[in-house]
Formats: sequence, C-alpha cells, structure tokens
Amino acid sequence: MDASLGWWGVPIAVLGGAIRISTPFLFVSLGECLTEKSGRINLGLEGILVMGAMTGYCVSYLTGSPWLGVLAAGFAGLLLGLLHGMVCSLPRVNDIAVGIGLMLFGTGLAFFLGKPFVQPKAPTLPAIPLGAWASSPQVQAALQINVLFIVGALLAVALHWVFRNTRWGLVVRMVGDSADAARAMGYNVNAVRMLATALGGFSAGVGGSFLSLYYPGSWNEGLSSGQGLMAVALVIFARWRPIHCFWAALLFGGASALGPALQSVGITSGYYLFNAAPYVLTLGVMIATCSTKRTLAGAPGELSVTR
Amino acid sequence: MLIPPPAPPSESALAIECLGMTKRFGSFTALDDVSIRVEAGAFHALLGENGAGKSTLVKCLVGYYRPDAGQITVDGREREIRSPQDAHAIGIGMVYQHFTLVPSMSVAENLVMARNDVPMRIDWRRERERLAGFMETVPFRIPLDAPVASLAAGEKQKVEILKQLYLERRFMILDEPTSVLTPQEADEVLGMLRGLAQRQEVSVLIITHKFREVMAFADRVSVLRRGKLTGEGRVADLTPAAMAEMMIGARESAPGESHRKTGGTPGAVRLALDACHVHDDTGLPAVEDLSLSVREGEIVGIAGVSGNGQRELVEALIGQRELVSGSVKIAGEPFRATRAEIRRHRVFSLPEEPLRNACVGMLSVADNMGLRNFDRPPLASWPWLKRGRLRAQARKLIAEFKVKTPGAEAPIHNLSGGNVQRAVLARELSGDVSVLIVANPVFGLDFAAVAEIHARILAARAAGAAVLLVSEDLDELLELSDRVVVMFDGRIVHETAIGAADVGVIGRAMAGHAGSEPAAT
Repeated sequence: MDASLGWWGVPIAVLGGAIRISTPFLFVSLGECLTEKSGRINLGLEGILVMGAMTGYCVSYLTGSPWLGVLAAGFAGLLLGLLHGMVCSLPRVNDIAVGIGLMLFGTGLAFFLGKPFVQPKAPTLPAIPLGAWASSPQVQAALQINVLFIVGALLAVALHWVFRNTRWGLVVRMVGDSADAARAMGYNVNAVRMLATALGGFSAGVGGSFLSLYYPGSWNEGLSSGQGLMAVALVIFARWRPIHCFWAALLFGGASALGPALQSVGITSGYYLFNAAPYVLTLGVMIATCSTKRTLAGAPGELSVTR
Repeated sequence: MLIPPPAPPSESALAIECLGMTKRFGSFTALDDVSIRVEAGAFHALLGENGAGKSTLVKCLVGYYRPDAGQITVDGREREIRSPQDAHAIGIGMVYQHFTLVPSMSVAENLVMARNDVPMRIDWRRERERLAGFMETVPFRIPLDAPVASLAAGEKQKVEILKQLYLERRFMILDEPTSVLTPQEADEVLGMLRGLAQRQEVSVLIITHKFREVMAFADRVSVLRRGKLTGEGRVADLTPAAMAEMMIGARESAPGESHRKTGGTPGAVRLALDACHVHDDTGLPAVEDLSLSVREGEIVGIAGVSGNGQRELVEALIGQRELVSGSVKIAGEPFRATRAEIRRHRVFSLPEEPLRNACVGMLSVADNMGLRNFDRPPLASWPWLKRGRLRAQARKLIAEFKVKTPGAEAPIHNLSGGNVQRAVLARELSGDVSVLIVANPVFGLDFAAVAEIHARILAARAAGAAVLLVSEDLDELLELSDRVVVMFDGRIVHETAIGAADVGVIGRAMAGHAGSEPAAT
C-alpha cells in the first residue's frame, strides 16, 4: 500500500501532520489574537503552553480523565494570563518585558512541578477516525482528527463572530484600538485587557494540553519547540483576524510536518533542514510583513509595538 | 432625605447657567467665580487664551471636575453633576478637540457602541434600520460602513457631532471643533449646528479661537482671561478688536492685525523640489509628482486639509522619510537631508508636534537646544562635550526666546506645548538660516506665543531665508506667505501669489474642487 501511494504520501502526510501539529498553534494564536486585540502583547504564551502541557498531563494521570486535564490546563493558563494582565496594569510596566519574564517563569515552574510525571503514562485524548472509509492506512492516519482541532476551528469562527456582533467583542476592539475613546465611554481599559489576557491564557493552556495529551502525547522538558513564540508571528501574519489565524496555523503546522513527511518516503538527507521549515517560515513572514516604512494594516492601534 | 428621581432627558434644547464657578488646583485658581448663562437654543461662544480656564469650565459642566464652589442650573433647576454619566443623563454632551472615535471600527459600530444600553448581542439588521432612520433626520450623509480611519477629518468631526445627536444630547459643548476643517467644511458644520440650535433641538457652547466663526455663527460670547470672566455680550454688539481686548487685555496687540512687513523682492531659487513622490506609513502614495520652488527671502505657504500629504512631504524634506522618486535641491545641489548636508546648507525646521518630531523628551532643555551643534566646537572638542558651554548656550536662548522652564536642566517633556515650541524655535532660528521648513508652528498656542513665533518666522524671511510654511490654518498662511499653494491628495492643485489670493478659490481647491478654474480672478 505504501509503495502504491508513492510520492502522494508526502502531501497526505503533510496534511495529516498539519492538522495534528496545527492544533496547539491554533489555540495559542487565538489566545494571542484576543489579547492583542485588547491592546497588549503576551509573549509569555510559550511559558503558558508548557505549563498547560504539564498541568494537563498531571491531572489526566491523577484523575484518569484527559478532558479534566484539558480543563485544568486551561485554568493554569488562565491564572498565568491573569498574572500577566495584573502586572501590566501597574503604571509604567512594559508588556513585552513581563511577557518574557512570564515565559521563563512558566517553563521553569512547569519543569519543576512536572519532574515526577516524566515517566508515568497518562491517558491521552481520543481521536475521531474520519478516514475510516479509506483503504490506505496513510489516509486513515492523516484523517485521525482530534476533537480539540475541531473545537479550535469552531473557536476561531466564534471569536470572529464575537468581535463583530457582541458588546464584549466591540469593547475589546475599542480598548485595543483607542484606549482614550474607551475611557471616554466609561470602560475600564485595564480590566478589559486583564480579562482578555486571562482568557487568551486559557486558550494557550488548552493548546499546551494538546501537546502532552495527544501529539506528541507525553510530558517531557523538550515538549514545546517554540510554538508559543511562533504563534505571535502567526497572529501578525493573520492580520489579527481569527479565521485567518486558523489558516495560518494550518500553514505553520504543515511546515512543521514537512520533515517527518519527507522522511516517511525515504528522504532523510536534509532531515534537520526540513525540520527547520516552521522557523524559516516565521522568519520569512516577519521579513515579508514588517517594514520600516509602513505600519501593519489591521494592527490594533494600542499595541506597544505599533504605537 | 428624599432624592428626586432624575428627570427624563428633555426633548428640546436645554438652558444651562453656571453661577460662581470656582475651581482650584492646589494654590492655583483655574476658575475664579465665573457665571455664564447659555439660553435654550443659543449658539454661545467661549473665547479665551490657552490656560484662561475654558477647558476647566466645560470640564466642570460635563462632570470631569468637581468645582470647589458654584452651582449649575439646568432649565432653571439646580442640578449636581458629579460624573460624566450624570451630565449624559441630563443630556449634556461634549465634542472634543481630539477625535474620540475608534479608528478601526466602522461609523455604525462607533455610533452603536457610544450608547449606554448596548445589548450583549448586537442585532445588526435592527441597528442598521434604526441608524438609517436616524440618518434621515440629520442634515448630512456619512457612509455608515466605512471604517472611521478612512474618513477625512471633516467627516470625522461630523461623525462626532452625529454621535451626540444620536445620543439625544440637548446641550452640546464643542472644543475647537473646526481646527482640522477647511473653511467650507467649517461653515457647513457650524451652519448645521446653528440650524439645529435655531430649531431649538440643541443648545451649543463652542470653544474657539477663530473670530470669523464667532462673528458669523454665534449669538452670544463669553470671554475668559486667567480664570475670570472678563466680558460677555451679544456678538452683534461687539467687534473682533473688542473681543480680543477682553481676551488678552489691552497690553498686547490685537490679533488679526497684520504682522506683514513688505519683504524685499525674492532672490534666487534656494529650495527646489522636482517631481517628488513620497509614500505614507501604509506604503501608499502620499505625495505625487510634486514640484515646488522657494526663493530666498520668500515664504511659500502650503495650504490643505490635514492628511493630504503635507506631513509626509515635510518628513521627507527633513529626513524622516524616504523620497521614493524625484529630487530635492538646495542652491542647485542635491539634498538628501544627511546631517552633513543639513549643516552645510543651513537647513532648519520646526516640524509639527515638536516634542515628538524635534526633541528627545527625556533629555534636558539644554541638551535639546544643543541637538544641532553639541558635537561641534565650541560645544565640543572631540570627543569630549563641554557641558558648561552647552548650559550657557541654553541659558542664553532661554532668555532670548522667553522659554518658561524650571531650568536648563529640566526634562523638556515637562514644558508646556508653547514652551517646547519656543525651545525648538530657539534652537532652529538662533543661527544663520538658509532654508526653514515649518509645519503648523502655532497649533494650540495662545495669542502672545502666536504673534511672537510669527514675528520670528518673518524675521528669518527678512534675513533672506527661504521659508516653506505648511499650515492647516488658512488665516496664518494668508498673513505670512508671499505665495500660497494648495495641496490636495498629494498634489499641488492651486497656486497663487498672495496679492491675488482668493479665499473662496483656495477653499474649493482644499476640498478638491480646483478643476479647471483659473488661479484667481
């Protein structure tokens, strides 16, 4: 069967990999999108991601329910997001610096608390075999879709709708685009940003739980490879639009899946080079979209990097 | 104690009277026993220099400040306004000098979000119908789906007013609402407000510096100086000179009086722009195919509504922005605004927002005054700076240009806008100036500062400098320039010698209706 697919195995494996690997990208970028729409950048999402992965794994191991693990990961992310939001609400605090601090704090705390859980095997999340109709095992493998991916896709659509059609969504956009206007209308800018950062943290925490509970599906210190940071680039690439975040996450996921996919058809020579594809893509995106002469279209006006 | 329920918002214009309003900030009395009465349906102007207490008074009215003494009556009943929410409940609304709209949101989103009772889920179809119905009742058209960022300044100002009407405010306070509009747009907006006032739909209290607008539109005027009411009356009974005297006292010269000195005949071309193209922050063309020359001893004024490429043009000239194509020459030599070229050609500039564009806010006044020459003898003997000489230079300039600062070592961002402007002007005009590029030099300054800065610019011209003056204030341009060009959409659409300048033609050109009309008749 493998042989009959031949080179077709590569795009199928990339697609399957994209769906698998994009899920954490998706959740982290949607969280970051929400936070940045409110006018703050949370660079600490990398730390929240790792913390979420650890918390999810521990809780799943201790309770036997991976879904409780996902929830716990979300709440761990919420708490760290809240921490970022509260610290940044103090006068003269820079959100970027706090974010970097939170990134180091989150990963360090996760490694410290998660040490005893590196060995044991926790129950992981189930997948839906959407490819059961196919005769090819590769197609079947590619279409093993995790529920969290679907939740993430729905979340993207929901966020898009919320930003347009609800008071909360419009308040977040207002606070992120013109704090003065929001203040003039009596909204508490810091409170809105704190909430947006906390909810963004929740989403990133859920993204982290996917890493430890589905793919790769274990807890160790090398689990995250910078997805939390790349998601920041991804949000810029998506122009702060949730639906675009979904497509961008798929693209980044596909880039990450390129190396393993090529390896599966026997191309091993440039393995490490192909594994670097997502980082090259990140760099490429930043070079293509950032310029000294132009500001980014669609960027929330209150972001400290665009102001 | 029984608290009377708040009266429902009135259906027609409110009459508001302030009695004995006093507001102190520490030992400083910003507002001293001021009483003003605005009749229902009046168009009432509030005049005064910067710091005269106008903003303090209206901020008390809209609940941002609580007065230390005094009372406010609305339609004859005493009311306490503790917060902006109280003011809104009564029906008092304010249009600020700076736009309070959210740039990335559409006009419809801005209007709906301005309401107090925004539902959790917004039913856009219903809101749209309501907005369409509301738009039927107002005298101008605004595209509801356009993002506010894409609107011209005049349209934004209309949306601000629209918002107050949409919120059913019956007493509207406007803080210099026409500072960013063309004369035609200003007339249109003020005429519309006057119509609303005459129909008793709203009372208008307007803060302005422009006597023309007071004379043309207001019924009554109140004048403040140093926190005190120094005069009031019916506009019909007053002249601009009388109002100016109430504003600034008899000691200083009245505004409107021409500072123009007949300059000598302009000499050779000093600054020449040829087919210049410049892009804006989004990479779109902001200045297109612009050619212009300024001669020695000549002031060329660039008129235009803000956002038509003037800012980008000035930034390109002073080296803050890249020239996409075209050339800038000074005295026949190519000029790329490097530090060496700026020094050699003696190019100086007073850009708009000098604190942001021409100063380092955290550095001291002395350091900022030395930015042009701190690294040259006598202030430096390479590689050492001589801070004593830097301070001495600053003290001399501070005295000469009357910069009010706590000292030469105070950070410049602590100074008021006018004094930052003076400090930058001191740096730029203290030496021998060959080319001077000035953008909105008196924006937000009081009369005394305006007169002084204008005099300095004219003095530079008299000394033979080629001056390029970009301003959104047409009166300023007409007063200072020898030649006026109008920029619209990145191009020069009209050019006239000052003697032949026609405000009507210039105004139409500013609004993009230059067409094939002759320059001036």
